[in-house]
Amino acid sequence: MKPNITLLRRTCRQAAALLIAREDRVLSLPDHLALKLHLLACKACPKFENQVLTMRAAMGRWRNYTSDAERAAAGTPTGPSPE
Amino acid sequence: MPTFEEQLVEHRVYLMRFARLQLRNDDWAEDAVSETLLAALSKPQSFGNRSQLKTWLVGILKHKVIDLIRSNARLVAMPDAQADQNDADGDELDRLAFKADGHFAETPNDWGDPHQTLQQVQFFEVLDACMERLPPALGRLFLMREWLELSSQDICKELSLTPTNLYVQLHRARLRLQECLNIHWFGKHST
Repeated sequence: MKPNITLLRRTCRQAAALLIAREDRVLSLPDHLALKLHLLACKACPKFENQVLTMRAAMGRWRNYTSDAERAAAGTPTGPSPE
Repeated sequence: MPTFEEQLVEHRVYLMRFARLQLRNDDWAEDAVSETLLAALSKPQSFGNRSQLKTWLVGILKHKVIDLIRSNARLVAMPDAQADQNDADGDELDRLAFKADGHFAETPNDWGDPHQTLQQVQFFEVLDACMERLPPALGRLFLMREWLELSSQDICKELSLTPTNLYVQLHRARLRLQECLNIHWFGKHST
């Protein structure tokens, strides 16, 4: 039986919802495929995806705050090191 | 070579920052950090470097923080959990502005190269400020996921939430943070 491709059609609104949902749960296979297809065809949604992925990377980095930021938070000067 | 006590003092500010953001209550944060430092003092250990001591302290702090969330379970409950049972995350998505046919009304802001963004210390200051801006219950829930790194199942148990409700809240928090960064970081630094 030929799969019904219209079942995999998603609007940008639906795709954005899936991109956000993907941060916290595993998408169903149809949703996963539909999202991939949408991202291939759409100009706007890959930009939104980049926002979501940047946030993901940022939270990973934030969790283990860099020593520079830590020094800044402690109120010590963070200028270039003298050596 | 600073004494163990002096080393602990150096890490206090760092620990307070996380405790405050996670607990959203300065008294509880003070308690959690004090208990962490006490626990550390009661079994002083030497570490090869700063970051090993820090990792050890953060590990203790996370346990203290979870204990505090547990013993204040009624106070940290999501205030509108019941009301949210019915509405989907769709409402929050409308902050992004879509046209009736489901297309973006405006192309999302181009955030550029993530690697470049994450090298900037100020970016993380803005991120901190944006997290502080989340309503307390929402911020707490988001950080249980992102800082305490609890499983969805555990967060649901601690906060008496259904999985659906948890996801609605997490998505809400994520969208709000993205919106905040769009305004306060990427709005000003777009190239």
